[in-house]
Amino acid sequence: MLCDICGKNIATVHLTEIIDDQITELHLCEVCAREKSAQMEQQFGLSELLGGLVEFEKPTKEKGTETITNKCNHCGLSYTDFKKIGRLGCSECYTAFKRYLGPLLKRIHGSTTHFGKIPIKVSAKVNKRSLEYLRLKLKEAIEREAFEEAARIRDEIRELEKGQNK
Amino acid sequence: MKLEDLLNHTSEWLKGTGPNADIVISSRIRLARNLDKIPFPHWANKKQSEETLKTIEEAISKVDYLKNATIFRLATLDGIDKQFLIERHLMSYEHAQKSNSKAVVIDSEEIVAVMINEEDHLRIQVMQSGFNLYEAWNIINRIDDALAKELSFGYLTDWGYLTACPTNTGTGMRGSVMLHLPALVMTRQIERVLAAISKLSFTTRGFYGEGTQATGNFFQISNQVSLGHSEEEIINNINGLIRQIIEQEEQAREMMLARNRPMLEDRIYRSFGILKSAHIISSQETSELLSMVRLGSDLGLLKEIDRRCINELFIITQPAHLQKMEGKKLSTQERDVKRAEIIREKLKCK
Ligand SMILES: [Zn+2]
Ligand SMILES: [Zn+2]
Repeated sequence: MLCDICGKNIATVHLTEIIDDQITELHLCEVCAREKSAQMEQQFGLSELLGGLVEFEKPTKEKGTETITNKCNHCGLSYTDFKKIGRLGCSECYTAFKRYLGPLLKRIHGSTTHFGKIPIKVSAKVNKRSLEYLRLKLKEAIEREAFEEAARIRDEIRELEKGQNK
Repeated sequence: MKLEDLLNHTSEWLKGTGPNADIVISSRIRLARNLDKIPFPHWANKKQSEETLKTIEEAISKVDYLKNATIFRLATLDGIDKQFLIERHLMSYEHAQKSNSKAVVIDSEEIVAVMINEEDHLRIQVMQSGFNLYEAWNIINRIDDALAKELSFGYLTDWGYLTACPTNTGTGMRGSVMLHLPALVMTRQIERVLAAISKLSFTTRGFYGEGTQATGNFFQISNQVSLGHSEEEIINNINGLIRQIIEQEEQAREMMLARNRPMLEDRIYRSFGILKSAHIISSQETSELLSMVRLGSDLGLLKEIDRRCINELFIITQPAHLQKMEGKKLSTQERDVKRAEIIREKLKCK
């Protein structure tokens, strides 16, 4: 697909723009996208590119009525800052904004469960950690209807639990 | 190692070897990692950034695999140096924009490059020649493990590695494969292929990912999703897609040879002829002609020149490389002359 603006380069950035209730899709190359976002920054303040995506996210409801944290206590970044910049402030932000970020991650990746590697320090800590991880994996496997995989994980969990009860 | 030493060196990813090297130029894996609880680069103050830089530099010096690596602080590099590293795919365009508290670590074979304080505290990349994401993963996995012994990374059990931008959360991994697809372009099938790729949540970009034109029929394909699949699964998915594209390119090449061999030969030999005799040539024209010459070499039509030599020409004819070789700043006109000279020289050799 070629860029909608210059028509010369491959479009690698895909934007949805809403102007007067009209939704238009824009496919841009990186050069034109950079110019476009510079224009948008002048018009709307900082990058609304990711901000636009964030806008729609409502926090998932949890039991209880405690107030939703709007600021990361660790680095001081607010959720409004994140919406403007499109970047989080530190690793603790993920915990502070957990309820907003869950739905956002789901939209971006189609999943909210990590299946990849675990840092050595974390995996070496305690068995409980990997047990937690396996339970998550099991849940997700069942959701995906990957039952063979689920059965395998279930066996793994039993094996681990046996070890812990000794 | 000095930056100038790289001038006479062929990067690992340009060697033209490895599986499917006739269509796949290189395979690359990058991992995004951040120090736990330390503000991400864009949100950190000067003191924090300096500390992060030192902490990571120290950790890197302890990694066995990076024994022969050199740390370049960006503040010590000029504009041409930075462009030079971008042209060799050792640094991103974004990383070069500001120099404060940033560094890039490069191993002597140019297999590994680590950017410190880019969008994330650490951006580790491993490049391999040809279609070889698994090998790239094996290497980067070891480096990541070694670094994880020295550093505490931001990580949550359910969300994986925590990155500045939520689009990289999870594995923090992006696998990319650079393909040369002249036959799909010439037979006008590339639009269809690219459209299919974007539907499968993979992205395509040009030879120089950031801010450059897609010339010379090169396409870089990467995964978009980083959460919900293991690293191996992501690699398997990319590999499956790449295999299909390779097959289509092979078919298109065979079709062109079968149906219109004289036309194809004409384009290839004319391209070779121009490159051998031009005295002024732009970088755009160079990559278009080199693409044809590469195709000729891959099809066994052009025996005078090997793949590695062509791959090298793609890089050393770039603006910063020309200026590094000449040892001074050159205007666009001067570069076009110098470029033609270097190409004529190189194509004399076998
Ligand atoms: Zn464009
Ligand atoms: Zn924070």
